[in-house]
Amino acid sequence: MFRFIVRRLIVTVPMVLIVISLTWALIRLAPGNFYASDKKLPAAIEKNIRVKYGLDKPWYVQYGRMMGNILQLDFGNSLKYENETVNDILKRTVPVSAALGACAYLLALVVGIFMGTLAALKQNSKIDYGSMGLAMLGISLPNFVLGPILVLIFSLSLYWLPPARWGGFPSWNLLLPVLTLSAVYMAYIARLTRAGMLEVLRSDYIRTARAKGLTERQVVMRHALRGGLLPVVSFTGPALAILITGTVVVERIFAMPGLGNYFINANLNRDEPLILGIVAFASILVLVFNLLVDIAYGFIDPRIRY
Amino acid sequence: MSEEREPKVPTEEGRPPRDLWSEGEPALTPEGTPPSPPVKARRGDEIHAFPEMAVGEGDVRTAGEVPEVTRGTSLWKDAWRRLLKNRLAVFGLFVVCFIILAVLLGPPVIKATTGFQYDTIPADTKLVQSFPPFTGPDGQFAATHPMGTDSAGRDMLARVLQGGRISLMVGIISTFVSLLIGITWGATAGYLGGKIDDVLMRIVDVLYAIPYMMIVIVLLAFFGGRSPLQQIFLLFAALGAVSWLTMARIVRGQVISLKNQEFVLAARATGVSTPKIIFRHLVPNALGPVIVYATLTIPSVMLTEAFLSFLGLGVQAPYASWGSLAQEGIQNIAVFPWQLIFPGVTMALTLFSLNFLGDGLRDALDPQMRKF
Repeated sequence: MFRFIVRRLIVTVPMVLIVISLTWALIRLAPGNFYASDKKLPAAIEKNIRVKYGLDKPWYVQYGRMMGNILQLDFGNSLKYENETVNDILKRTVPVSAALGACAYLLALVVGIFMGTLAALKQNSKIDYGSMGLAMLGISLPNFVLGPILVLIFSLSLYWLPPARWGGFPSWNLLLPVLTLSAVYMAYIARLTRAGMLEVLRSDYIRTARAKGLTERQVVMRHALRGGLLPVVSFTGPALAILITGTVVVERIFAMPGLGNYFINANLNRDEPLILGIVAFASILVLVFNLLVDIAYGFIDPRIRY
Repeated sequence: MSEEREPKVPTEEGRPPRDLWSEGEPALTPEGTPPSPPVKARRGDEIHAFPEMAVGEGDVRTAGEVPEVTRGTSLWKDAWRRLLKNRLAVFGLFVVCFIILAVLLGPPVIKATTGFQYDTIPADTKLVQSFPPFTGPDGQFAATHPMGTDSAGRDMLARVLQGGRISLMVGIISTFVSLLIGITWGATAGYLGGKIDDVLMRIVDVLYAIPYMMIVIVLLAFFGGRSPLQQIFLLFAALGAVSWLTMARIVRGQVISLKNQEFVLAARATGVSTPKIIFRHLVPNALGPVIVYATLTIPSVMLTEAFLSFLGLGVQAPYASWGSLAQEGIQNIAVFPWQLIFPGVTMALTLFSLNFLGDGLRDALDPQMRKF
């Protein structure tokens, strides 16, 4: 187990560095630069700017300096929000995105597992077809269509919920974004749960459990769910990647000051330190999550050994 | 061993001959159920077995309809028949065909009937405002704009159809790019095996773990925006380049299961070159799962494209895609909801149908993969 984790970490760390290097290379290879504007800068000023940001050095020096700073987790100051460091911005925005994402994922887990299990237990019934049709709709309906429609109904027509903006952690402002964000996961999780449960319900150990005379409830809750949810657990890794893309859109729709919103703005502003900071943060998060999922797998499924 | 043992075979002596046909009751018939009527053949039934061995409906042929040569059914014909039995898949196929036709034929038809194109802004400045569906400038019923107009007075129907062209094109071409990369990568890894396989597939594993959308966003933000057409080509390349990973895995698995079969050996024995074996002999045989996965890749790529266009990084004006139309629509959601609802719903319907079609194709082409 320990050896497995170490081996994975040995792969993970270079991965993060590769992602950061790739992003940096893309930014640098692109034509133009962040101080370009419609007005032509006088040569002296441009030279000063280049010296200030170290752009007068050869590319490998710049690359080495950038990497050195990032390895010390110092991403520097944002170019756009000049009096804030990237770390400040991360500290401010990550809780917003995390609250949004965690709530959405929890909601999706609860509803998705419930719907999927129900569909599997009543296979080929109306419940099954209904919930699977709904799941397909959830996968097909883009969140930037679902979100505004929810806003239109619940905020602009019924006046029940606030339409946008961040209002602190437990607040009604969070409800619509969380619903919008969780729809896709809910659908995926329901489909995965159904497929997993159908496979498990036909297996020998479930027949044994039934033969022992356990109640249906015990069979499902104690035996079937444990095996049937394995696909859902392994989905957690990719889910985080979807979550990051999902929050970008949802934060934009609902005007939330989260990581995704800042990432898009950083790209439009060519804010190199901020982009690198967010990319580094996200890739570390995704890779660590994948590692955790692999470890969790071993605890849930006793057949897996490292 | 000195003596040879007699094999212990039970002899039939002294027993009446067994009548295997009428012995006993049919095992699983509930009591009182009359035996099911003999399987009847209908016109056009095809033959899967000799009449003596016919046991199921599909195995029977009608007397008098016996063709001279027994026609076999190909894999594709079988799959097609299974697909037609799946009502949701047929619905999906129908809607997808309808939307493709509408997208291709719609814009010229609209131009011929009402004179509107996707970028026609009415010259009369009083007209430049958003009309609800089926409403003319005077607020009365009018058939000119079945989906209303956008804020510049452009016909929404024409724009949605034009946007559909771009969205479908991005979906199909990017999927094609991902097919090219994925098939080459996966087939090479699977056929060559060994160290090359290890390296190629490890790269795929590593790429899986990257939050690639962020890199795509950086790519589009920094390299895009010079000309709308260039932006679309960048989209093809970027989306194709990030969606081939699963395809490579699928093709590799197929190729590994095929490469030890006799036809490959025969090809190798007759001196066919390795690339030719891979692309002429192995890839065509692995096409079933590839088609299934490609059908499911199209909607996911279209969704990604819409997502990027929604963020303003994808398709640029004057072109429009469903994503960029939705982005324009969301600005005015409170006042002109039809600007969002029509492109959004059209897109959702298309993706819905494509997903159902893909699921149906999977069940039809690969019954073993079917989840009960």
